[in-house]
Amino acid sequence: MKALILVGGYGTRLRPLTLTVPKPLVEFCNKPILLHQVEALVKLGIKISLSHEKEPLGTAGPLALARELLTDNEEPFFVLNSDVICDFPFDDMLRFHQQQGREGTIVVTKVEEPSKYGVVVYEGDTGRIHRFVEKPQVFVSNKINAGMYIFSPAMLRRIQLRPTSIEKEIFPVMAEEGHLYAMELQGFWMDIGQPKDFLTGMCMYLQSVRQQAPERLRSGPGFLGNVLVDPTAVIGENCTIGPNVTIGAGVVLEDGVRVKRCTVLKGAHIRSHSWLESCIVGWSSSVGQWVRMENVTVLGEDVIVNDELYINGANVLPHKSIADSVPEPRIIM
Amino acid sequence: MLKAVILIGGPQKGTRFRPLSFEVPKPLFPVAGVPMLQHHIEACSKLPNMKEILLIGFYQPNEEINRFLSCAQQDFKISIRYLQEYAALGTGGGIYHFRDQILSGSPEAFFVMNADVCSEFPLPEMLDFQKEHGDAYSFVILGTTANRKQSLNYGCIVENEQTDEVLHYVEKPSTFVSDIINCGIYLFTPEIFQHIGTVFQKNQQDISPACQSNGWHRAEVIRLEQDIFTALAGQGKLYVYKTDRFWSQIKSAGSAIYASRLYLNQYHTTHPERLATNREGGPKTRGNVYIHPTANIDPTAVLGPNVSIGTGVTIGAGVRVRESIILHGATLQDHSCVLNSIVGWGSTIGKWARVEGTPSDPNPNDPYAKIDSETLFRDGKLTPSITILGCNVNIPSEVIILNSIVLPHKDLNRSFKNQIIL
Repeated sequence: MKALILVGGYGTRLRPLTLTVPKPLVEFCNKPILLHQVEALVKLGIKISLSHEKEPLGTAGPLALARELLTDNEEPFFVLNSDVICDFPFDDMLRFHQQQGREGTIVVTKVEEPSKYGVVVYEGDTGRIHRFVEKPQVFVSNKINAGMYIFSPAMLRRIQLRPTSIEKEIFPVMAEEGHLYAMELQGFWMDIGQPKDFLTGMCMYLQSVRQQAPERLRSGPGFLGNVLVDPTAVIGENCTIGPNVTIGAGVVLEDGVRVKRCTVLKGAHIRSHSWLESCIVGWSSSVGQWVRMENVTVLGEDVIVNDELYINGANVLPHKSIADSVPEPRIIM
Repeated sequence: MLKAVILIGGPQKGTRFRPLSFEVPKPLFPVAGVPMLQHHIEACSKLPNMKEILLIGFYQPNEEINRFLSCAQQDFKISIRYLQEYAALGTGGGIYHFRDQILSGSPEAFFVMNADVCSEFPLPEMLDFQKEHGDAYSFVILGTTANRKQSLNYGCIVENEQTDEVLHYVEKPSTFVSDIINCGIYLFTPEIFQHIGTVFQKNQQDISPACQSNGWHRAEVIRLEQDIFTALAGQGKLYVYKTDRFWSQIKSAGSAIYASRLYLNQYHTTHPERLATNREGGPKTRGNVYIHPTANIDPTAVLGPNVSIGTGVTIGAGVRVRESIILHGATLQDHSCVLNSIVGWGSTIGKWARVEGTPSDPNPNDPYAKIDSETLFRDGKLTPSITILGCNVNIPSEVIILNSIVLPHKDLNRSFKNQIIL
């Protein structure tokens, strides 16, 4: 069986991290985003191939481009949005799709604020999809498209090799013809394409690790809640880390550091007595002593924050030195 | 024989110093580790002919003032008395009311100073200057240079550059008059009371009997600046001694931190024993730091520059304090960070908390810039300034208190920014 992971796009919403590294390679909970999906697929025995768009082809075009790779046998194939993190239900999807015997199955998930996304209206007992409503103003349904599909090869005849939106142009037709079904995802789901959601997704993922493989998490004095620490990281004395923290390879946390709800990427250095909440600290960045950082502050690669500053909701581009406090959220170029 | 009079005001004055002035009369607020007034008294007591220091104000006698007076008398071995006005009589009315006390013992001259100034007190120089200028009865105002824009906030002095005579005096003009400003420190001779007396008589006649009992319009209220200096200017009686040594008003809490910095710096020559040094088992200090001997400070704390730590203060591991005053009995828990703030008596700051203000220091690139007396609000928003915690305020762990003023006995439960918390 095959899977196609859509990794196109400039990853603009995850800047400044994506100014240094393509989004699929940004580490989410100490593993590149793409690898989370690939590892889950490999468990099913799925082979991986590459398909390169010379020009952006939207969300459906890439399927046409990879037509030959995908149709060398009659088996269904997966299509995945690379920003999605969840407990990947690939075998459930396969089973459901084969049971329906139609051309397409979309995974849907329940969210609290559906009007931020595309909502899916479907029959509860069969899963047959009636229609899609993009960002509805009034409540229609709380189930949204989770960005994971499984299709029969026959479906590819619907897509031409040109920039095409699968949600706007392909799915509505398939739904009308009764060829599109919804499978509800159990468990957590997050689109981690922007920093705020990246951190929320991190909390959800760590909670799922706590349930399935708690030995991966760090515990003991100075650690609260779910904390993932790379074995090569160094943590000083009198630190309090967590809940919901990911510490990457080679990271150094000096004495007396307090970190909550943060991702600290590889090689970063947090100096003593600093306090961080809801931040992403970019690769090789250095945060000074007695710094306070909060409110989804994102430091790009190799950013230096001087001692004793207050950084509130700053979005800092790579290789930048910060010498003054940022009391209100803004972008630092 | 000399005397000195220090005008200390009263509770209705010094409102810009709230909430700190709720606990302690402003003239007793510690600046660089000792009460504001003590700097004045020390300067006066150094003069060999100084016989007595009189404090004039309208505070009710209270424990703090009495305690301060008796300590100061012992420390400086000089008579210090508090003369309480029956009402706020103005900078001239008070000394006029107590003129007999001031003149008893027949001093040749006497200094009059405002309590809320921070100065190097060039008193011997003023005495020499007085002998060399005018006749035996001339009066001297201490002046300093301000920048053009800020001079409008002070009393402005136009001088004759050759004779140093004051030709013209205007208090807080609306347009530029002069960049020489009044420092609030004067040297008078007994003859000043004739001039004040004249104004007093005139006021009695001018003000209608109906208004007489209304506080503001009391006939006895005389302001030295508006009522006396303006009239004396150009009469050959009033002279200005200009200084370029340090000087600042202490009107707001922010200016107390700035004044601390000036006095701490002066300690290198006058009181080097008051400056903390880096030593074994003690905290790391940067720049000028005053630490009271009863304070208990973890060796991993980093203090300074410009920090004053009061009696019985406890400072935990990894604490950072910079440009701040920590008042008696306060506790700063581990890893907390206090910048540009005043932490009130007995307050507690939780672990990893950040208490931060915005300094209102004068522009360091302008040698004549003075500290701004900013209004509390500008365009409907609180002007960013020093953070002040009143007495017994509790700040929980891990929060930030930024550019805020917290009134006494408040327990906070979250972060606050740019707010006054009642």
